[in-house]
Amino acid sequence: MTNAVEQESIKVIVFQLADKEYAIPVSHVQGIEKLMHITRVPKTVNYVKGVINLRGVVTPIVDLRERFELPISKHEETTRIIIISLEDMEVGFVVDSANDVIDIPANAIEPQPEVVGSLEEEFISGVAKVGKRLLILLHLEKVLNPLK
Amino acid sequence: MEVNQYLEMFIEESKEHLQACSEHLLELEKSPDDLAIVGEIFRSAHTLKGMSATMGFEDLADLTHKMENVLDAIRNEKIHVTPEILDVVFESVDHLEEMVMDIASGGDGKRDVSSTVAQLKRIELGEEAIVVPEVAATEVVEPAVESALEYDSFEQTVISQSSEQGFHAYEISVKLRDDCLLKAARVFMVFEILEKDGDVIKASPSVEKLEDEQFDQQFYVAFVTKESAEDMQKKLMKVSEVEEVAVTLINQKAFSEKEYEPQQEVAVTVAEVATPAAAPPQAEPVVKPKKAASSAKADKSQHAPVGNKTIRVNIERLDILMNLFEELVIDRGRLQSISTEVNHGELNETVERMSRVMGDLQTIILTMRMVPVETVFNRFPKMIRQLSRDLNKKINLEIIGAETELDRTVIDEIGDPLVHLIRNSVDHGIENPTARRAKGKPEEGTVVLRAYHSGNYVFIEIEDDGAGINREKVLAKAIAKGVVTLEQSYAMSDRQINELILASGFSTADVISDVSGRGVGLDVVKTTIESLGGNISIESTQDVGSKFSIQLPLTLSIISVMLVEIEKEIYAIPLSSIIETSIIRSSEIMNAHNQKVIDFRGKVVPLVFLEEIFEVPRKEQQDEEFHSVVIVRKGEKLAGLVVDSFIGQQEIVLKSLGNYLTNIFAISGATILGNGKVALIVDCNALIK
Repeated sequence: MTNAVEQESIKVIVFQLADKEYAIPVSHVQGIEKLMHITRVPKTVNYVKGVINLRGVVTPIVDLRERFELPISKHEETTRIIIISLEDMEVGFVVDSANDVIDIPANAIEPQPEVVGSLEEEFISGVAKVGKRLLILLHLEKVLNPLK
Repeated sequence: MEVNQYLEMFIEESKEHLQACSEHLLELEKSPDDLAIVGEIFRSAHTLKGMSATMGFEDLADLTHKMENVLDAIRNEKIHVTPEILDVVFESVDHLEEMVMDIASGGDGKRDVSSTVAQLKRIELGEEAIVVPEVAATEVVEPAVESALEYDSFEQTVISQSSEQGFHAYEISVKLRDDCLLKAARVFMVFEILEKDGDVIKASPSVEKLEDEQFDQQFYVAFVTKESAEDMQKKLMKVSEVEEVAVTLINQKAFSEKEYEPQQEVAVTVAEVATPAAAPPQAEPVVKPKKAASSAKADKSQHAPVGNKTIRVNIERLDILMNLFEELVIDRGRLQSISTEVNHGELNETVERMSRVMGDLQTIILTMRMVPVETVFNRFPKMIRQLSRDLNKKINLEIIGAETELDRTVIDEIGDPLVHLIRNSVDHGIENPTARRAKGKPEEGTVVLRAYHSGNYVFIEIEDDGAGINREKVLAKAIAKGVVTLEQSYAMSDRQINELILASGFSTADVISDVSGRGVGLDVVKTTIESLGGNISIESTQDVGSKFSIQLPLTLSIISVMLVEIEKEIYAIPLSSIIETSIIRSSEIMNAHNQKVIDFRGKVVPLVFLEEIFEVPRKEQQDEEFHSVVIVRKGEKLAGLVVDSFIGQQEIVLKSLGNYLTNIFAISGATILGNGKVALIVDCNALIK
């Protein structure tokens, strides 16, 4: 395992979605919440599940499984909402579980291999190999973009 | 000098002075021979010059200086006021405003004003080749300050009582240096020192005037303290820019000899009521100062009424206070629902009491955020002047009710729509003088801008005595533009036709002018006002005039709603758009052109099934015999919103859905309910076509 202390590295939150692990830089994460009541908002795209009351702030919720067109699963005990802040938006992502906070050395990040070929491809900014784990780094702007 | 500390104060005061300049210039234009007005303008300009020079804004100071020279020449009757001169002076004021705005937004206030400066110079020299001497002292408008203070019986009592308790009563005269700038700041510092060591009984001129810098260089204060006269003098001399301090003991024997005159000319205000014991509750001996005749004419309430004690609070703090209060409102909702569930006597009582206190608190917080519409209105006189020049029309603007107060959030939004409507009235409404004469109207057109409160709303009206709306022309245009069909037009009322001009893609002016745009405007006005929860209506009679009325809610952040339930989902419908609720039978529902309608008090009202609009998932389709209907309105049109059940009325805090979810159909926002869940607010305007 590489020694991260000496080199430049980014701290990321690692979460699980279906059988893969994804990562978001900690700087964009406001917090991780347990699943709570989501109020449905009518006439929006299917992956917007609705809004929650996050300590007085009405926050929209996106189900990442549906966003990436992965098979829909029932919400479990481990299901979490990761609150993301990007520019002037705050959005919660529903994920299967939030696993870890780790440092990824900058040189461990590689561009997206072209073979993946699923819908989620366009939302990926790169992959990182840390030990035996393969982490997929999300391109947040693209994940949140098309809803305008 | 610590510049940054004063920058904010400087910007605020500069704006005030410039506003005063514009107002007085408009006055002057009406009565060019009134030299007292020139004096007023001169004073404002002079103060501005001094302040900007100290703050290091040379361009600003320089231009003000040039302008001041011209004003001085006018004041000394070396130059006569002509419209041309006023134009140049107006232009200078415009430049000055731009500079101040630039400084306020962090710039250095530099601006190329050479042509204006040259014009000012030409005026100054052209008519009279005399170099105007620099005038240091400002014109004294206030009545000469008396050398000694006079005391009424109440103040005499305070003084004698305090001396019995071992206090000394002094009369202190403070003289500021001639070149003192930011006099108000010095006054404030002096008072701060005084109030630390004792109590100020009285000041001359009054504290309000001192704060407004309405005094020359010297002021007097009556003061009780335990400190010695010498110490006080030394302390006060430490305030910079103070030239002279004289502390003398008040001669109490003189009291008995001097009869108390109830009608004093000197403005008197108790600054800080002396000792609690000696302060009878009715004691607010505020005698309104008699303003000099000239300023009484320019009474457009530029100065707040004397006698109100105010402090300036950063608006951000008020916003924070409001946010915290909103949190409380949500918790109150929660407590109320808990107490209904638990049904415990004492709990119920406490919750009820708390609700009442919070109601009062809410009123106070909301009124704290109120700002007079004057802050929006005061830019219009100048705009009208400019417009009437550009369009060659004669227009008189009357402003009524500028003191009407509105929430700051509404104030911020209402400016542009009003500018648009006024431009519209001036451009399309008021005819040119020849046409007016032909119609037998006075050449000068009148635009009335009126604001007033009524119920929970504020109304703003823009009324002109111009051409009014030409029904045929509007209809022809609307049909040509495809806004309505010919068939529809037959059934339209006058009011509906008038309101067509608010539809998008509409411009009836034969010649498109740059004043009121290309018809993209009025529909934007309508949208803005509706987004503020208000609405706009038009009354018009051809050749007599038109009236645009805008109805606005007093506040935007807390509203009353009716909560309704559809399946398991709760929605909030703003009470302001609800006419009434009713329960109807299935058999009463009729069909008309694929639209379900009901007969509601003789009117055919279309039904909107919220369940369908909001695509509420339902486990099983049920056919109920009775339907709960909320009748809502948008302008004159009605619609019945069908829901499962009514929950009740509640005050809620309006929250936005954030920047990610925008333009959700028929949802105007969200709120947090007592149980902590989010409920969506129905936008009735979107549901009625």
